[in-house]
Amino acid sequence: MSLVVLAEEGEGYNPPGSGDFKLPPIIENLEWFTKPYLMALISVVILVAFFYFAARKPKMVPSRLQFAGEGIYGFVRRDLARDIIGSAEFMKFLPLIFSLFIFIALNNVFGIIPFIQFPTMSLIGFPIALTLIVWIVYNWVGIRRQGPIGYFKNMMFPPGVPSWVYILLAPLELVSTVFVRPLTLSLRLFANMFAGHLLLIVFILGGEYMLLEGEGIVKVLSIGAFAMGIVMTFFELLVQVLQAYIFALLTALYIAGAMSEEH
Amino acid sequence: MEGTLNAVGYGLAAIGPGIGVGLIFAAYIQGVARQPEARSVLQPIAFLGFALAEALALFGLVLAFVL
Repeated sequence: MSLVVLAEEGEGYNPPGSGDFKLPPIIENLEWFTKPYLMALISVVILVAFFYFAARKPKMVPSRLQFAGEGIYGFVRRDLARDIIGSAEFMKFLPLIFSLFIFIALNNVFGIIPFIQFPTMSLIGFPIALTLIVWIVYNWVGIRRQGPIGYFKNMMFPPGVPSWVYILLAPLELVSTVFVRPLTLSLRLFANMFAGHLLLIVFILGGEYMLLEGEGIVKVLSIGAFAMGIVMTFFELLVQVLQAYIFALLTALYIAGAMSEEH
Repeated sequence: MEGTLNAVGYGLAAIGPGIGVGLIFAAYIQGVARQPEARSVLQPIAFLGFALAEALALFGLVLAFVL
């Protein structure tokens, strides 16, 4: 969009950058109420409505909606929660893991749905908020389960290692579990969505510029840029669902790790 | 030519994780090909390794924009 404005003003090609992620507020004087904020709210409404209607009248022979809802729920329950946390205690954490998965998946897929086309998670604040919940939960579970001293002792001094290695291992394990885990968890989601959205606007806006401003052969070559943009859109769908899966998977792994006595 | 060296730096930083992700999925495919019933066990391990290796490349990407 910014490119069209620039082209009309007669300036040169302006490559897309991180500035394209700063969106103006929808209502004037409400600085925080931007498009991604609205999208996050809408996604919650969509998800609640979808799963409410999917689970409202369960039948022995499921309707299409019930089948879709049960398919997603069954996948998270079976492959993410039960296989990793263990069949004894996974039900306590299933609501968290399932909510994270569907919320992140829908907000990511917003990135390629026509007319929305902005992944909510490409703004660092949203992944940080989600990661904060996960961080509190797995540390809280670890402290509840093993006691505050036992939790840090099991974390920093895993058994079966020569004692002189602990000089190196103990601080590394502490930093890794308490600081690096939340950092990588939020940055992974953010950077994937940021890079994916940037990739798409590079191809689409580049193609648009070639078509509108180019001469002769350059106009024809813009077809290549648009084709690449379409291919990348489908690739993004894969990445977006995969990132939601990885976020939920890592949440389950961290919780499972905090519950078990040794790693 | 215009631009910043950040893009070149990011390209260099992506070599290591690229090789790493390739090795992880090569091992995963081999494992499933040899023993198809191990697929459900290997899948979360493969994706966990993929996510950890990929994180390095993403740090590079973030730094390319931040610096």
